[in-house]
Amino acid sequence: MTTLTLAKALNLGLRRCLADDPSVVLLGEDIGRLGGVFRVTDGLQAEFGPHRVLDTPLAEAGILGTAVGLAYRGYRPVVEIQFDGFVYVAFDQIVSQVARMYARTAGTVRLPITIRIPVGGGTGAAEHHSESPEAYFVHTPGLRVVEVASPQDAYTVVQQAVACDDPVVFFEPKRRYYAKGEVDTGAALADSPPMGAARVVVPGSDVTLVTYGGLVATAVDAATAAADDGVSVEVIDLRSLSPADHDAVAASVRRTGRLVVAHEGPHEAGVGAEIAATATERCFEYLEAAPVRVTGHDIPYPPAKLEMHHVPDLDRILDGVDRVLGRVPATGAVAR
Amino acid sequence: MPGITDSTTRDGLSPAGLARDDLTTGVPDGHPVDDGAGTVRLLDPDGVRHPWPEHDRWLTDVDADDGALLRLLEDMVVVRRIDAEATALQRQGELALWPPVLGQEAAQVGSAHALRRDDFVFSSYREHGVAYVRGVAPVDLAREWRGVATAGWDPYAVNMATPQVIVGGHALHGVGYAMGILADAERDGAPDDDTAEDGAADDGTAAVVTYFGDGAMSQGAVSEAFVFAATWSAPVVFFCQNNQWAISEPVTLQSRVPLVARAGGFGLAGVQVDGNDVLAVLAVTRAALHRARTGGGPTLVEAVTYRRGPHTTADDPTRYRGAAEVEAWVRRDPVDRFAAYLRGRGVLTDAADAHVRDVADQVAAALRTDLAASETPPPLAIFDHVYALPHPALDAERDAYARYLAGFADDAAGGAR
Repeated sequence: MTTLTLAKALNLGLRRCLADDPSVVLLGEDIGRLGGVFRVTDGLQAEFGPHRVLDTPLAEAGILGTAVGLAYRGYRPVVEIQFDGFVYVAFDQIVSQVARMYARTAGTVRLPITIRIPVGGGTGAAEHHSESPEAYFVHTPGLRVVEVASPQDAYTVVQQAVACDDPVVFFEPKRRYYAKGEVDTGAALADSPPMGAARVVVPGSDVTLVTYGGLVATAVDAATAAADDGVSVEVIDLRSLSPADHDAVAASVRRTGRLVVAHEGPHEAGVGAEIAATATERCFEYLEAAPVRVTGHDIPYPPAKLEMHHVPDLDRILDGVDRVLGRVPATGAVAR
Repeated sequence: MPGITDSTTRDGLSPAGLARDDLTTGVPDGHPVDDGAGTVRLLDPDGVRHPWPEHDRWLTDVDADDGALLRLLEDMVVVRRIDAEATALQRQGELALWPPVLGQEAAQVGSAHALRRDDFVFSSYREHGVAYVRGVAPVDLAREWRGVATAGWDPYAVNMATPQVIVGGHALHGVGYAMGILADAERDGAPDDDTAEDGAADDGTAAVVTYFGDGAMSQGAVSEAFVFAATWSAPVVFFCQNNQWAISEPVTLQSRVPLVARAGGFGLAGVQVDGNDVLAVLAVTRAALHRARTGGGPTLVEAVTYRRGPHTTADDPTRYRGAAEVEAWVRRDPVDRFAAYLRGRGVLTDAADAHVRDVADQVAAALRTDLAASETPPPLAIFDHVYALPHPALDAERDAYARYLAGFADDAAGGAR
């Protein structure tokens, strides 16, 4: 075990991918000499050369489109989108090409592309630097979508994503880049939890609280605060958004009878809606109350000095817990 | 480099004028083709061959081989016949749609004959001629349009990606593939095996040709492809078939300058060729491929041609262009032109002509027969190949739909209710 930041854990994971498989290539803006704006690829170009770690022109569709061609040729491209809000420029290549090529060609062309995207707010950034676009990709068949929350997952899941024969959209919560945690860099990938499996971070018995990425740490804090209030909250880190581990959520909900889903992305048709709807279908007879979603608002991401009103914090999550417990009366259909 | 003009020096900067000519005048739309030093043309529309040493040198093997010349003609005739048969099959309800290629046979057959086996092609949806030359079975060309598949063939079996509907989206795929060729050379320390088949100078790596039309030149993906290709000197040839029309929009709506004029600004070589002259197309594509293979960088080839039919069988071109314009391009017919040349050389005899027509008849008959025999996949096939690895949610959906369908089988077994 060693203590690493999430960014450094990603760096070591990618380094191992490059070292173990000569078909792995990294592409992105500023990822070479600079090491990426978050330094996730720090030192990799120096070690593996400019033919393995490519600084690209400033063209997100170009990065994804050339990654498609490289994968066609047998490479395993790992692309970095510099900020979440820039991925929209590459949206067509991801949803029309990356996601569909395997189906389009009846299984003859595999595109094992990993699309790394720093995601989410809470960093005081400018417009287009704090988005949560995960629902767009979860809604796209053919893609796998994951979001890591811990340095250990950052290290292992990035390697699982690169090794995966399906394309993977890999979200990295940027406000957790420099949070530290224990990482076992010696463990074999085969012994790690599979990429699609959710993880119970805090066991509990009264309320199931499902979240992912940047909000996992906040949810753990909320569970601690709720325990002080005598409420036992089970925190589940979803880890994989597509496929989502609905079995793990259902198993928990059947024990607790109550579900809260929390995420930063907008409320409408967000990942929380899918988790809540599926849990309701599967566990209706176990539910003591309607599932509650605690999410970002249905607004463009606000200016930095107002983002604390958008990104769910500990108190809003606790409010959600109170609502699912019936401690707060419903205030109408828009109560979130 | 033979055939490569410095596009920045071309007289292409005068406004082309967005107002279209009167549909009745017979004056073709589009930018004027430079019939002078700029546009490569080796056969005039009457089939008279004009020497042009810097391009002729890419044709020495073909010029000396009657069989090779006849093969070019045969492929064009067969492609035209496949196209006519598919159009008829659409009218008869056997295909839901078909994008005709009539008029563009020389651009496609000529360029495809420049390719080596280990080269790779990324195309749009109208490159039936390229696919046929690459070895795609005619029925495989039609599967997508019949609605029984999203694509008809294994790309790795013929080194050609399946058709791309998103206009220009595949240009980047071609560049990425070409970057992969460079990476292979870097990794392996040697170029790909030279499997020369065409007798031309084929040293160097494999290369890529991406095909797209004049409309695609307006797409961002194509411009980004130019940037990436130039940056890495990727072994790629961008082959633009300027067929004058993007559905109803003339090329003048896509560009105020000849399309080839864009090459210089991106750092590409550029060459404009008469796309209805199969020999000129073969020569300039060979030159561009040679340049790509040997580290000379990417080339934009603008093949000036014409889509004589509708955009697809669902389109009505009489709403946006006149018969006189089409007639003007019929007089530039690529097949007639080349046949006249071969007649004049004594290569195309009556017997050879009969043979070519017989081959075309057989291919068309096989297309019709094979298409009738092509089966619609079973319903649950729609769940296959979405993911390479198991995806529990999708697996559950498939199982649920299988149970739903099985319910109808029970109904059938139990008789009508």
